[in-house]
Amino acid sequence: MRTKTLILLSTLAALHLIVIFAGFIAPYDPGLQNRELPYAPPNRLHFVDASGFHLRPFVYASMLVFDAYQEDRTHEYPVHLFVRGDNYTALGIFRSNVHLFRVDEPAHIFLFGADGFGRDEFSRLLYGGQISLAAGVLATLLSLTAGTIIGTVSGYYGKWVDESLMGSAELFLSLPWLYFLIAVRAFLPLHVSPAGTFLLLICVIGLIGWARPARLVRGVVLSARARNYVSAARGFGASDLYLLQRHIFPETFGVLLTQAALLVPQYVAAEATLSFFGLGVSEPVPSWGNMLSTLQQYNVLVSYSWLLAPAGALVVTSVIYWLLADALHSRLKSHSI
Amino acid sequence: MKLIARLALFVCLLAASCVAAAPTPVPLNPAEELQHVEGEVGRYGGHLVIGQRSEPKTLNPVTATDAVSREVIGRLMADLITINRASQQSEPGLAKSWTTSADGRTFTLKLRKGMRFSDAHPFDADDVIFSFTVYLDEAVNSPQRDLLIIDGKPLTVTKLDQYTVRFTLPHSYAAAERIFDGLAMLPKHILEKPYREGRFAQTWTLNTPPAEVVGLGPFRVKEYLAGQRIVLERNPYYWKADHDNHRLPYLDELVFLFVGSEDAQVMRFEAGETDMVSRLSSENFALLTKERTRTGSQLVDLGPSLEYNFLVFNLNDLATKKLNIISGKQTWFRDLKFRQAVSAAIDRDSIVRLVYGARGTALWGNVGPGNKLWVNQAIPHPQRSLDASRQLLKSAGFSWNNASQLLDPSGKAVEFSIITSSSNTQRMKMATLVQDDLAHLGMQVHVVPLDFRAMLDRVFQSFDYEAAIMGLGGGDPDPNPEMNVWLSSGSTHLWHLEETQPASDWEREIDQLMQQQMITLNYEKRKRLYNRVQQLIAENLPFVFLATPNVLAGAKAQVGNFHPAVLDHYTLWNADQLYLRTETRGMERAGIR
Repeated sequence: MRTKTLILLSTLAALHLIVIFAGFIAPYDPGLQNRELPYAPPNRLHFVDASGFHLRPFVYASMLVFDAYQEDRTHEYPVHLFVRGDNYTALGIFRSNVHLFRVDEPAHIFLFGADGFGRDEFSRLLYGGQISLAAGVLATLLSLTAGTIIGTVSGYYGKWVDESLMGSAELFLSLPWLYFLIAVRAFLPLHVSPAGTFLLLICVIGLIGWARPARLVRGVVLSARARNYVSAARGFGASDLYLLQRHIFPETFGVLLTQAALLVPQYVAAEATLSFFGLGVSEPVPSWGNMLSTLQQYNVLVSYSWLLAPAGALVVTSVIYWLLADALHSRLKSHSI
Repeated sequence: MKLIARLALFVCLLAASCVAAAPTPVPLNPAEELQHVEGEVGRYGGHLVIGQRSEPKTLNPVTATDAVSREVIGRLMADLITINRASQQSEPGLAKSWTTSADGRTFTLKLRKGMRFSDAHPFDADDVIFSFTVYLDEAVNSPQRDLLIIDGKPLTVTKLDQYTVRFTLPHSYAAAERIFDGLAMLPKHILEKPYREGRFAQTWTLNTPPAEVVGLGPFRVKEYLAGQRIVLERNPYYWKADHDNHRLPYLDELVFLFVGSEDAQVMRFEAGETDMVSRLSSENFALLTKERTRTGSQLVDLGPSLEYNFLVFNLNDLATKKLNIISGKQTWFRDLKFRQAVSAAIDRDSIVRLVYGARGTALWGNVGPGNKLWVNQAIPHPQRSLDASRQLLKSAGFSWNNASQLLDPSGKAVEFSIITSSSNTQRMKMATLVQDDLAHLGMQVHVVPLDFRAMLDRVFQSFDYEAAIMGLGGGDPDPNPEMNVWLSSGSTHLWHLEETQPASDWEREIDQLMQQQMITLNYEKRKRLYNRVQQLIAENLPFVFLATPNVLAGAKAQVGNFHPAVLDHYTLWNADQLYLRTETRGMERAGIR
């Protein structure tokens, strides 16, 4: 059980590190348009040419012949490691221009192909992951914080506090959010920078999401409050704050951890949904949602399968998080018994 | 058991289809002054199925404003003089001939004799007088009314005899016969009563019994099923015949399926459920082209359309609005050199390639190469040049900081947003390309996709925008319908609405030229005037023109007389002549029958 959790945690950590250091791993800037290569298919990595096998893989340049891409076999472009290219920053601190891999111009290495503007889908996937995953994690933190505070207050004090707070939680759960948000977008100021939109997105997702964790926390607090040791502590004159800190809040910890593992993928998907409808970060900044939004067009969906890559990334991320939630859940259960 | 049930169902359906057979065309009568049309002689029978993006809203030709309603209504109704979509010239419709007075103010129209509405009631001058009374009635509020008001005065109609009417214009008006195109002639015997009772706007809705919707078009309504389809059947009294003396139309039925979106239209066509598609995007056209060998369809690229897509800066007078940030930026937008720099930096060839898949044409003026009669060939087509842009910006006092951001003469960074309709993927793509082009100049541009209505509201009402990417045109190649865009008082004078007087000398000159071309009857003279208008527009760039798409359409191989046109309605304008070489099975496959 323990090893499974560890494996999942390290996979997740690796996934997040890859995304955080997107600038290093991605060969190109995510906004860089190669206008002569719209919808270029993924480059094949070759190891064998006329002269035999090469340890260092190489690619051929893509060229457009009428309306189909072909490999230009006249020249090989070996894949170089640790090459200098566009500048980037990671975590807002490290500045560099060294990229993990690249090929010499004029060829391009598009591992996952290119989109309609000839932008590298692989680079966009990594950079897009920064937005999508950060939105998921931050929104989870926000909604769990709000949910914990409201749930604890509601469960601990009970009576009218509980009723009014849980009443509004139900109201929040019943609102048709997507339609509401689409309507709100028309009234927002036009000048929202991508960073601003990102924060707004997190706030929206996080604030909408507080209701469910609040109800869960409330339930745990309600049962914890009635425990004998809590009554005993209160009998000895413990203050509310002490009781909450010392006895009640720790009880909710397990539930919160499991909730977090469940909520992150849910909020990553929420970001994707909002961006899919044009309510998220706008061009040219990539996110998994706005990358997927091109697939709304039927012809793109049926012709350029590599543009489904962000959907794959979404599925993988969600599955890992859910497995982790599962593992955490069963661990906590075995602990409490 | 299953087989028997199926057989029984088949027999029932067969019987049903026999009962519901379309009316046969009435034999020709020598007293009728039919119009004989050129073109391949077809065969009678069959139904043609078309996918529509949405449902029509009304069947009333006077009040309909949306394209989908007009698509259906256009097949039910007929006009006095019509613009031939293939030749783009006006030609006789219900009026067999017309004469114009020397001063171009009086039009005398001779109506065809022996014409009958789709309910067999005869058509004569009284119906024409009634129709124009309705169109000109302010209470009815027809969108076509504007066309009939020239210089604030309506045209007048008088009946000379049962088959002759005279139209008098307030003053001479170029190509005046073109205003008759699309003005459906109404049946007085049906509509007079509701009109007198003030109920005209409520007549001819989709729920009106089909027998009451009466017109002179090639088809009449058979049935309407909400959310599914509207079926038109042959008008047996239609007034056109082919040169072998067969009364048109050839088709028994014309079926409009409500499918929802352009992609759905393409999918239905691909699956063989519909027979025709028009207004295809280049990507979908490419998709269908790949499948052409399997489906055997006829796909036509008609070349550049009359639509023009452009980037427009907000030059409205914002004094009364509380939009300080935007009015601060208008100093840049008002600077011609700024607009020229933007125009020079835009890579139009990339727009044509990436947005239209090379099935489009770059534009530098409001009239594209699709409009052969009116395009000014002398308008220069400068290549994209970032150096030229930088020179222009430098000479206008702009500079760059160390981060190569563009700064205006007062040292403020140049940053603005472009709004565009989120439902139009092509304009969204244009916006992304323009954003990237202008980033090379150090301008920070935000693309803001908005719901179409929200965008129109900002452009036309609140003026709360900085720049927008939009499209106009597509109707008539003649300059007159463009008046409302280029006249400084025009209702579509997008960059600066509600002008009380021309804001600049060139706008004043355009006003004069447009007014003058409207009353000039000689084509050569009008062309010279309109050439100058195009030149002024290209030089002063109220719009930064981007590109125009090609008109792309397709039909199944068995559709005969398929001659799509650059003008609306692209594929159905000759619906009366369309025929099916062999019986189509589209309906069965669509699960209709």
